[in-house]
Amino acid sequence: MSPRLRGVEEEVQSNVSSPSVDCGLGLKECNYLGLSDCSSVDSSGVSLPDNNKNNLNLKATELRLGLPGSQSPERETELCLLNSGKLDEKPLFPLLPSKDGICSSSQKNIVTGNKRGFSDTMDGFSEVKGYVYAEKSWMFHEASDSESPQSVGHGKYSSNSGVNVILSARSLGAPASVKKDEPANVLQKQPHATSGINLKQTDISNNKSSARAAKAQVVGWPPVRSFRAKTLATSSKNNDEVDGKPGHAALFVKVSMDGAPYLRKVDLRTYSTYRELSSALEKMFSCFTLGQCGSHGAAEKEVLSRSKLKDLLHGSEYVLTYKDKDGDWMLVGDVPWEMFIETCKRLKIMKSSDAIGLAPRTMEKSKVTN
Amino acid sequence: MNYFPDEVLEHVFDFITSHKDRNSVSLVCKSWYKIEKYSRQRVFIGNCYSISPERLIARFPGLKSLTLKGKPHFADFNLVPDDWGGFLYPWIKAMARSRIGLEELRLKRMVVSDESLELLSKSFPNFKSLVLVSCEGFTTDGLAAVAANCRLLRELDLQENEVEDHRGHWLSCFPENCTSLVLLNFACLKGEINLASLERLVARSPNLKSLRLNRAVPFDTLQRLLMRAPQLVDLGTGSYVHDPYSEAYNKLKAAIQSCNSIRSLSGFLEVAPRCMSAVYPVCENLTFLNLSYAAGLQSIELTKLIQYCRKLQRLWILDCIGDKGLGVVASTCKELQELRVFPSDPFDAGNAAVTEEGLVLVSAGCPKLNSLLYFCQQMTNAALITVAKNCTNFIRFRLCILDPIKPDPVTNQPLDEGFGAIVRSCKGLKRLSLSGLLTDQVFYYIGMHAKQLEMLSIAFAGDSDKGMLYVLNGCKKLRKLEIRDCPFGDAALLEDMGKYETMRSLWMSSCEVTLGACKTLAKKMPSLNVEIINESEQTEFNLEDRQKVDKMYLYRTVVGHRKDAPEFVWLL
Repeated sequence: MSPRLRGVEEEVQSNVSSPSVDCGLGLKECNYLGLSDCSSVDSSGVSLPDNNKNNLNLKATELRLGLPGSQSPERETELCLLNSGKLDEKPLFPLLPSKDGICSSSQKNIVTGNKRGFSDTMDGFSEVKGYVYAEKSWMFHEASDSESPQSVGHGKYSSNSGVNVILSARSLGAPASVKKDEPANVLQKQPHATSGINLKQTDISNNKSSARAAKAQVVGWPPVRSFRAKTLATSSKNNDEVDGKPGHAALFVKVSMDGAPYLRKVDLRTYSTYRELSSALEKMFSCFTLGQCGSHGAAEKEVLSRSKLKDLLHGSEYVLTYKDKDGDWMLVGDVPWEMFIETCKRLKIMKSSDAIGLAPRTMEKSKVTN
Repeated sequence: MNYFPDEVLEHVFDFITSHKDRNSVSLVCKSWYKIEKYSRQRVFIGNCYSISPERLIARFPGLKSLTLKGKPHFADFNLVPDDWGGFLYPWIKAMARSRIGLEELRLKRMVVSDESLELLSKSFPNFKSLVLVSCEGFTTDGLAAVAANCRLLRELDLQENEVEDHRGHWLSCFPENCTSLVLLNFACLKGEINLASLERLVARSPNLKSLRLNRAVPFDTLQRLLMRAPQLVDLGTGSYVHDPYSEAYNKLKAAIQSCNSIRSLSGFLEVAPRCMSAVYPVCENLTFLNLSYAAGLQSIELTKLIQYCRKLQRLWILDCIGDKGLGVVASTCKELQELRVFPSDPFDAGNAAVTEEGLVLVSAGCPKLNSLLYFCQQMTNAALITVAKNCTNFIRFRLCILDPIKPDPVTNQPLDEGFGAIVRSCKGLKRLSLSGLLTDQVFYYIGMHAKQLEMLSIAFAGDSDKGMLYVLNGCKKLRKLEIRDCPFGDAALLEDMGKYETMRSLWMSSCEVTLGACKTLAKKMPSLNVEIINESEQTEFNLEDRQKVDKMYLYRTVVGHRKDAPEFVWLL
């Protein structure tokens, strides 16, 4: 094991008794060194998966500055000096004094910094500017040994860690507590800490910008105006959707259903076939149709399966119609999908009995949409 | 001693337009001070907290044009929390009260409320020009007030502001008899626009020279607008998406061809690449081309377009142009003075499409290059040395390697020598931003050679206090220094405290500076405001002097502590 890791471990072990505040469900608030901070614990309703103690892959925990081959060894030593030095401290303050001035690495001061960066991350995780501190946290905690009682959920990397971070951040509420934990700029010198820990293996279910976010490590870097970052993010999203064809990003139309107390809206561009649209509508309006067929009692409602609902919608009870550019009500399914979304202005789920005029088509339609 | 009556002197002073020169003039003698004071119309305030509105008004009662800058530069990159400050309202209130005849207001990084816009629109009957850059805090309601009440409005220029779009019909608020518009830029607005109002407005503005639309303005409206305003000099398209085989497209082509005054082109936030050929006719006269938001254009389309732009002087582009594309720029745009290459995917450094090669090509082909902003994947010392040899005229040189401490990938060395070559060769360099792996050595070079340097931005660089000291001692003209994540500490900060009085401001974040040192500095230098931005829940009293501060911002001021600092800003 490398000397610095050893050093860190030793320190950590001697620290088992150091104050670690339990914020209830196992999420301990820690400052960037992994030490708990008593003074500002007031949150976290997150229950973390049990990965607290496992998954410590020491090999992959090597703190590295910069990309492989570009390391500045000095800094690393300072880093671990810092670690070993600081773990003893009573971490009452997020800003730790430089005990001996040796450690010139700049992680110390970063504890409270980048508050916005972090909450931005959490709030706008899907935005391009979502810097993910998760990765940094992981790296740090790996170095400091998972047995430390101060290990923080949000530092726990595992296949779920990305999600943990999000969860913990969101439930932590007060950004203050969150920021203290994050060893934000611990890894500032290591903007692509992609080695080993791979956020991609997490089940962050966000869109691909989260994968992008995963690579963003540092607040305010690269120095691109936030206006520009946001605009480009939107542009690229739109361009992907538009796919070279003229048109706008979203095509929302109202959907009404006979007997439903309120309408819904759907974005037609998110579907590419009639089938997708109809299943989405089924889901959306199932709560209303439950009432119709559940007249046998509450139990029926639970049991109502989707297929039954489908029958309801497409079999006999309801037909799907739309209002076109000219204001006429048409049966959904006659024209090619692309043409349909160009002309559809509004959708309506009508009772078959009302659609008498269109009746001859009903059976064919149910074939189409099924 | 005056040999001339005051009026003559005043007339002479009219010819002196530079702020620096006018400041010097006012120092000559009491009567010159007085004459200059009453005749001064344009004032530039680089830091809104360096002086108060009341003192400004007392000093220059004849004020007509005011430029104000608020938040520190790093606020652009989310390093400064919201509510830090930079509020416009007190300035408007004071000027309104004193009946200043304000005609022009240019703001950068200020917080502008709807209230202040409304007050502005009602208090200055001669108000002509509003330029907002990177501001926030207002909505389209504020714009509606400006549109409705500023009868003589000539310029409304909104650049990259965060505007809450209430989708109100602010454009319709321009009265029917408003025909004075010369510049209208609302490209940064996100919401829908009343297109009919826009067309009518453009139709009744014969002096309109600059029109920059937002994304909500569709293709066919663009065509109609161009028909109405063939005199346009600067055009920013809205959505530029259409079927290139349609009638509307042909109409646009024709409309563009009648606009033979267009010298500046931007926009294309949404773009259908196949429609770009309509724009080729204006390319040959373009001097400024801004495609830095046109994420839909690939290198091949970009280069096709650029091949027509022989007279281009300023080019803002995305890095998807690639090194080869920059080669096309180099061989086509011989008049190029300013190049900005922005990252199309800022947070995915592995994909940055330009490297040192593109820069070298441009430097070789464009000898007039004097201003550079370049986001790239990597840089080498050899490349920088070559660039320095090719282009000695750099005034602004900002290099951003997406991986902030990346060394020269060929030699694995820090980039000290490369930047050293730049500062040695470009004697007129005024602004420099560094990135990549850098040691104290680069600062030695900067202190030694960058004698005209006024603004320096440093991130993740240096080894010790010496680095910062080289700069503070050597760069005599330094005005703004901003540092993040560098190992500079108290010794460097406190070595020459008087230096900060010669500068506008100093920003240090995530460095080694302690609270105690900041307190010392604040105490010894009453002419400086030393602000600590502290985003934890710690109150000032809990923090020990030995502890490092996360963000420190200091600036010279004649009015002491500001009264509007939020809780998280400690004024020492």
